[in-house]
Amino acid sequence: MKEKIYEKPAKLMPDIMGLCAGCGHGLFDKAIFEVLEELGIVGRAIGVFGIGCGNGLIRLTELDVVQAPHGQAAAVASGIKRSLFGKPIVFTRQGDGDCAAIGLGYLLNAAARGEKITVFMINNANYGTTGGQMAPTTIIGQITGTTPEGREPGAHGYPLHLPELLVSMKGVAYCARGAFNNPANFQRTKRYIKTALQKQVDDIGLSFVDILSPCPPDWHLTPLESLKWMDEKMIPEFPLGEFKNVDRIEK
Amino acid sequence: MGEKIFVEGNEAIGWGAIAAGCLHFFGYPITPQNEITEFFARELPKRGGCFVQSEAEFASIALLYGGASTGVRAMTSTASPGWSLMQEGISCMVNAELPCVIVDVQRGGPGQGTVTHSQMDYLSATRGGGHGGYKTIVLAPHSVQESHDLMQLAFCLADKYRNPVVVLSDGVLGRTMESLEMKTLEFGPLPRKDWAVKGTAEKAGVRSAVICAQGTTDWPPYVTMLERFGKKWDQMRDNEVRYEAYQADDAVLLLVAFGYVARSCKEAVNMARSQGLKVGLLRPITMWPFPYEVIRNRALEGVKFLVVEDNLGQMVDDVRLGVEGKAEVHFLGALARHVPTSLGMIMPETVLEEVERLL
Repeated sequence: MKEKIYEKPAKLMPDIMGLCAGCGHGLFDKAIFEVLEELGIVGRAIGVFGIGCGNGLIRLTELDVVQAPHGQAAAVASGIKRSLFGKPIVFTRQGDGDCAAIGLGYLLNAAARGEKITVFMINNANYGTTGGQMAPTTIIGQITGTTPEGREPGAHGYPLHLPELLVSMKGVAYCARGAFNNPANFQRTKRYIKTALQKQVDDIGLSFVDILSPCPPDWHLTPLESLKWMDEKMIPEFPLGEFKNVDRIEK
Repeated sequence: MGEKIFVEGNEAIGWGAIAAGCLHFFGYPITPQNEITEFFARELPKRGGCFVQSEAEFASIALLYGGASTGVRAMTSTASPGWSLMQEGISCMVNAELPCVIVDVQRGGPGQGTVTHSQMDYLSATRGGGHGGYKTIVLAPHSVQESHDLMQLAFCLADKYRNPVVVLSDGVLGRTMESLEMKTLEFGPLPRKDWAVKGTAEKAGVRSAVICAQGTTDWPPYVTMLERFGKKWDQMRDNEVRYEAYQADDAVLLLVAFGYVARSCKEAVNMARSQGLKVGLLRPITMWPFPYEVIRNRALEGVKFLVVEDNLGQMVDDVRLGVEGKAEVHFLGALARHVPTSLGMIMPETVLEEVERLL
């Protein structure tokens, strides 16, 4: 008698993901669908997709989905949540360019308004879709298409740490940073994703998870070297963990 | 007959939206439309509606994108610089086929311009102000009552075509007080919004996808989508032209004007008629689609045209297109304001002087 120990989440459609070898985006789809099923909120969930590499996965997402104009996912998600008077569970799925550069204002203002939405940022420290240019999250010394000599603070400023920034905002119920670089960190990140969505189910405030994710082609590394680079360079810059976790926000 | 109240054009916009069943407003303060934003902040919460003040007009339009995705009747309002900030969002909503209403109470431009009034957003509004060469129906009221009534028509047309609709007002009209008869207009049945996102559990598990870029789903292919949009915009162009002809039947000179300037022109027509001058007014109500046909027909009858608009010449291009070189087209614009400041307006007396000069 064979025992079933794993199956694909029911609402993730079986199709070609179309991602590069070693990309972390597909892991987010696995994690989010497992969590939606575990929380029993698949039917209430609405996914808002930003513009970037995660975009193509709209195709595989058997949920109600809205594609937001570039950077605007936090505002679009807020409009959905408010228009349905808080009933659905609305999450965004954005890259670090979409969320932390062009989308930063939308995110911070949604946080300031205490919107009951959940923002997931798949952070690969560069603009993946456009071929690997500098993002706000590019680390010092990292070579990209627009920092050919490496990111240098005098010319390009410093990496942006969003969970650390959001901690101070009253409308934020939860913020954390995880990483998709080994099975233990995947499981830990999945718990963060679950907690973030639970905050929305409990109607507390905005929740946010920064998810470090490999991007071998644009880092000019092999998939295996990419995981090592995350350990040695990326995680020291972007420490993992929960930065804020409250069950109640004072009026 | 409905209840009558005495209100500004801006507030009439609000009452018209509520009569259309719009309970969702996303906006940002900007003069001269603040009375609209404040109206919804006051009226929506007590009706169980949704009012959100955004951090900028580019965020108002993004919130509206989200709101409209759920299939509810939703709107925003702004004035000219804010109108500019909304263009990318409007282009995306056209692509995503999201019905909604955007009100532009025009102030003076270009730049931050004046906080008073003008008609300087005509080209931006009628040509699809953002990227991609899209079309939106543009309705221009010229009275408080019409501000109220056209809001209801705007929501109907947005739902009919699954396309944003623009209501183009101006600072004079927005702050003019007149009596308003509150009435709900009926426009007949509209298509069901089975495309709206609500969570699949609300729709027996059926999935909806609201998409504003091609290539992320297999359907529709790009050219198929363009073909569908082209057909839809052709239908709007062919079926939705609206205009008012005032004292126009026997006119040898036709004024063409919209918005507050149409009010000055109506008065100028009355003054000219009392002198026995055969002058009329042709007032486009849909700025897009533009009433080219009536203009062409009158041009072929030998009628002269005087286009009056509070800008440096925008709608006059459409009138020239309409006459196809078959009639004289004259222009009176913002330089003819009664005082040369941001408070100056195009007055009936100035229009009459020009009429007398041309006849």
